[in-house]
Amino acid sequence: MAEDTIHVPNPGVEPLPSAQLAGDATADDIESIRKRTSVFVYEWPVRLWHWVNAACILVLCVTGWFIASPLPTMNFAEATYQFVMGYIRFAHFAAAQILTVGFFARIYWAFVGNHHARQLFYVPILNKHWWQEVFFELRWYMFIEKQPKKYVGHNPLAQIAMFFFMTLGTTFMLLTGWALYAEGAGQGSLPDQVMGWLIGLVGNTQILHTYHHLGMWFIVVFMIVHIYAAIREDIMSRQSMVSTMISGHRTFKDDSPE
Amino acid sequence: MSQIETFYDVMRRQGITRRSFMKYCSLTAAALGLSPSFVPKIAHAMETKPRTPVIWVHGLECTCCSESFIRSAHPLAKDVVLSMISLDYDDTLMAAAGHAAEAAFEETIEKYKGNYILAVEGNPPLNEDGMFCITGGKPFVEKLRHAAKDAKAIISWGACASYGCVQAAKPNPTQATPVHKVITDKPIIKVPGCPPIAEVMTGVITYMLTFDRLPELDRQGRPAMFYSQRIHDKCYRRPHFDAGQFVEAWDDENARKGYCLYKMGCKGPTTYNACSTVRWNEGVSFPIQSGHGCIGCSEDGFWDQGSFYDRVTDLTQFGVEKNADEVGLAAAGVVGAGVAAHAAVSALKAAQKKTQSAPSKEEA
Repeated sequence: MAEDTIHVPNPGVEPLPSAQLAGDATADDIESIRKRTSVFVYEWPVRLWHWVNAACILVLCVTGWFIASPLPTMNFAEATYQFVMGYIRFAHFAAAQILTVGFFARIYWAFVGNHHARQLFYVPILNKHWWQEVFFELRWYMFIEKQPKKYVGHNPLAQIAMFFFMTLGTTFMLLTGWALYAEGAGQGSLPDQVMGWLIGLVGNTQILHTYHHLGMWFIVVFMIVHIYAAIREDIMSRQSMVSTMISGHRTFKDDSPE
Repeated sequence: MSQIETFYDVMRRQGITRRSFMKYCSLTAAALGLSPSFVPKIAHAMETKPRTPVIWVHGLECTCCSESFIRSAHPLAKDVVLSMISLDYDDTLMAAAGHAAEAAFEETIEKYKGNYILAVEGNPPLNEDGMFCITGGKPFVEKLRHAAKDAKAIISWGACASYGCVQAAKPNPTQATPVHKVITDKPIIKVPGCPPIAEVMTGVITYMLTFDRLPELDRQGRPAMFYSQRIHDKCYRRPHFDAGQFVEAWDDENARKGYCLYKMGCKGPTTYNACSTVRWNEGVSFPIQSGHGCIGCSEDGFWDQGSFYDRVTDLTQFGVEKNADEVGLAAAGVVGAGVAAHAAVSALKAAQKKTQSAPSKEEA
């Protein structure tokens, strides 16, 4: 059995007798405790970024929707003392600024963090083995493969999705969003100096509004797929998914090396 | 050039006193946002500079720019036309017609080579060798190229000359083309709007004649002093926008109270113009003030941006009569249904595997 394991269990150590009392561990459970192992994948800045990013996107989608299609008119005070649309827009802009800082911090961490912190920012299209795994994953999702593979970082399909939806999608939303913000900030302001060229490029900013809107739906589609895949694989794959983005550890359910 | 009168000469000839002339210089300085120290400079320029000849040509257009221009209140178009510029050719406004008018056109170009300003109202259609717009027996595009060749600068009046306007809206059968895409070797100042505000038009001319240079232009080549802010930024109904108080239907109580027209499709948030500050007809009103949303007439391709009455406009550029939300919701719905189906199959497969492996376990 020792040859099959990715991490050789320590045969000299007997599971503590006290462990048998823990929860409702069976004898099989106790045996597998010796085999199960984990790899540390996501460092704390990556995990923190993930959840802050997720919260920002949620706020941005909801507030963005209400900016384009505002809530029904409210009349609880004089216009001077009422700031409904103002607060919605404030939340949108505040979340967008946090998202922007987070995105740049995440890029920084791709340089200084561990190997897995870089996976979000490239697609290894020249790697033959990677393409094999892409097709393997497609077969797995089409129910052709019976047994999923183990992955320490993202599986190749997930990597493609992350790159196109998150890395490129977020970049698109930041560019269009900051250009729209520059309109309100005014000509000569910092957002205008950085992103105003895009206003000049598209000419009519109603087009930018439309594209920014489509970009939101692009990200909403990703959210649906991402959350589904994460929960599905948490249940059906041979490794942890959801908790990995909380603890940073990828734990495996068996000790088969493949 | 010496035979042309100066501004001052003309004003004095029209019975304007020296005192009134100095007042005019002070007001002009104030209007252009300059310090009092510029007043003598303006006066000096007016006293010494010859009037600038202007050739005003009309292409594919509706003459609404001219209609707007002659309604200018500050300064009165009369003053601009008669005192400040020497409008040597404008086939719509001039008394001469036919051959006499064309002769004046040629004469002005010849006489003031490299010194006149070419004002273009409308645009040239390029399809079928420009045959969709004929003036003086020739395609307008030829007249435009001819007049532009020796011009000092070009003013593109209105949305037609600046961006193409309705005749350039999809599918643009005549291939109407804005001036800056036909004339590429001259300084061009765009004064968009359908029509542009009268005071903006005369303001631009006043600036150019007083300082003998183009006003500061923004990224799209529009005078920054009039086009650097959106209608939305200076809209008097903006507090209702921030408060979330909107007109929900044309005849509702909110419309009577003068709430924000955003939900009625107002394009103020994407339109750069001075309507909400300068207003129209001697400052009487502007579209939003009279209860209708801005249609964004001074913006590039405003006819192709879907309905004037939607905020989330249809994606006409993809050839679908659906807006971003409808397209997005459909995409999210399809993906969501796909995910649900996939989840169901996954659950079935997992259950199948369990029942298959269960007996073997018992055997073991």
